[in-house]
Amino acid sequence: MIDARHLTKVFHDKKRGEIRAVDDVSFRCEPGRIYGLLGANGAGKTTTLRLLATLLKPTAGDATVAGFGVATAPERVRASLGFLAASTALYGRLTARETIAYFGQLNGMDDALIAARTKLLADELEMHDFLDRRVDKFSTGMKQKTSIARTLIHDPAVLIFDEPTLGLDVMAARTIVRFVRDCRARGKTVIYSTHIMSEVEKLCDAIGIIHDGRLLATGTLEELRIAYAESDLEEIFVKVVTGAGKAAA
Amino acid sequence: MKTRDIFTVYFKELRDTLRDRRTIITMFVLPTILMPTLIFGFGFIASKVVRQARAETPTIMILGAASSSAVRSALEAHPRIRVVPAADDYRTRISDKTLRAAVELPDDFDAALARGEPAQVRIYYYEGELKSGFAAGELDRFFRDYREKTLQARLDSRGLPATLLRPFDVTRQNVAPPEKVGGNLIGGFIPYIIILLCFTGAMYPAMDLTAGEKERGTMETILCSPVGRTELLLGKFLMVLTGSLSTVVLAGVSSAITIPLGGLLFSRGGGAAAAASAAASGGTMPLIDPLGLLACFVMVLPVAVLFAAAIFTLALFAKSYKEAQSTVSPLIVVVILPALAAMLPGVELNAKLALVPLLNVSLVCKELVSGVFQWDLLALIFGSTCVYAAGALALAVRMFNREDVIFRT
Repeated sequence: MIDARHLTKVFHDKKRGEIRAVDDVSFRCEPGRIYGLLGANGAGKTTTLRLLATLLKPTAGDATVAGFGVATAPERVRASLGFLAASTALYGRLTARETIAYFGQLNGMDDALIAARTKLLADELEMHDFLDRRVDKFSTGMKQKTSIARTLIHDPAVLIFDEPTLGLDVMAARTIVRFVRDCRARGKTVIYSTHIMSEVEKLCDAIGIIHDGRLLATGTLEELRIAYAESDLEEIFVKVVTGAGKAAA
Repeated sequence: MKTRDIFTVYFKELRDTLRDRRTIITMFVLPTILMPTLIFGFGFIASKVVRQARAETPTIMILGAASSSAVRSALEAHPRIRVVPAADDYRTRISDKTLRAAVELPDDFDAALARGEPAQVRIYYYEGELKSGFAAGELDRFFRDYREKTLQARLDSRGLPATLLRPFDVTRQNVAPPEKVGGNLIGGFIPYIIILLCFTGAMYPAMDLTAGEKERGTMETILCSPVGRTELLLGKFLMVLTGSLSTVVLAGVSSAITIPLGGLLFSRGGGAAAAASAAASGGTMPLIDPLGLLACFVMVLPVAVLFAAAIFTLALFAKSYKEAQSTVSPLIVVVILPALAAMLPGVELNAKLALVPLLNVSLVCKELVSGVFQWDLLALIFGSTCVYAAGALALAVRMFNREDVIFRT
């Protein structure tokens, strides 16, 4: 489970002064559910997810991931989650198998377990043809599959996806979407950040709309439709970020 | 601290680095071929050029000596020069290398000698031009012999002994052992090369594992793993250190094989290298104390740690490999200056200089290759460099834990 409570992140910039990238963000995501974090570029999605992944330290507020506090047990948090983002690239000079094994070792797994998990993942993701080839020679789809396997090698309870389909072609994007659904089916806690409305509609059990670092609306798609008297998610999103307000009850 | 994690990261980085052509060239190929290239390539070319220059009979012009047929005939009969007709443009022709040298004599040179009056001989040549220098040398030797013969004839005609003008002879005898001679001659050069290699060996892996990873997007991937930042840094740092030390060791092994081979080859062939080194050392081939050379490598260990940590920290601030290059490259000047200062004559090691980073190691290495072991200063230098290295490493750990450095935008 992920439980974020009043998460705040302030950056200090010499030119722009104080920047509140994440401002008092609270939400909860249960196992077996996908929480979609929807926002425009620069809304604060990536910073929120980096706080949850303990890559950044919160200025205020707290969060627990799989029961571990991001401030008190960051290494336990990272051991419990898989983080996949457009910005998390692979080592081009390693093979897919070496990449997967490396992340298994970093997660404290022994060689036998790594080998077994690698076989399982390669079967599921149909990776056997390129498992022993170097990543820098891969197509985008092959890289995505390798990234997924790298993320799942230690079978984490929590998965965080930060715009995972950014820059991917339709086929590669579909692989990701299918994989995210599988994670939910296996009872994983999933956070999915994107600015693509259709992906949110297809995947997410609950949605949080983030803008200027603040979580302005949260609920299921149905709850948001009722609250904003709109059936189209894009219209809901525009209403939320422009402050057009909720429909009268 | 989890040692297993450090080595997991280290071995991955080692494997990754060994597959990077750019780093391989800098870390392994360049240091290995540096000495053979210098000794065999440069030595061979230099030897060939000098041999060709010596084989040529230089063209000489005689200026003046209009009524001095004796000296003129002696010059024309000299087998190792070729006299060409005099012309006013001799300076231009020497500059254009169509004439190697010219010798100016008074018209009545022979008569002046016969009268016992002083006469001036002036040799024109082009300083720095090898063949012109050889020609001037030939003329020098010719007139030295001519003067000796004239002197001997004058003494003989008066029935005086040769010792009248040469009452005693002076000879110089070297008492320094060959390794001391070697140490003094090339002792300053060795630490300079070692320190430079140590730096360049660390440079490329350090930039690749920091700014390079940021640029490629793999830094964020690895930071998402449960490995602690300190373990991650130490694993990467060990790789940078490996790069630095392997460069030095490979260059050392390559030199150890190449230098004696080169010496043998060129001395057998009577080449320029042997001649030059023999001339430079007053007839003694310079040697290096092998124990001293080994001690140099030991003294360089903390320097390698210092370089690895310092370059790593600097490169960490860069957002791209290119930015890291422009940040780190100027540091070479900071590294070279103390090493060069150690080569200056009169700069001697003392307790104060033993605390100046890099200069201290350069100076002590100069002494070590000469076979001089000042144990108290050695301990002071090793200790102080270890302290600087530990400080640099602590700074690297601190910076690696700063999110504004890692996620600098």
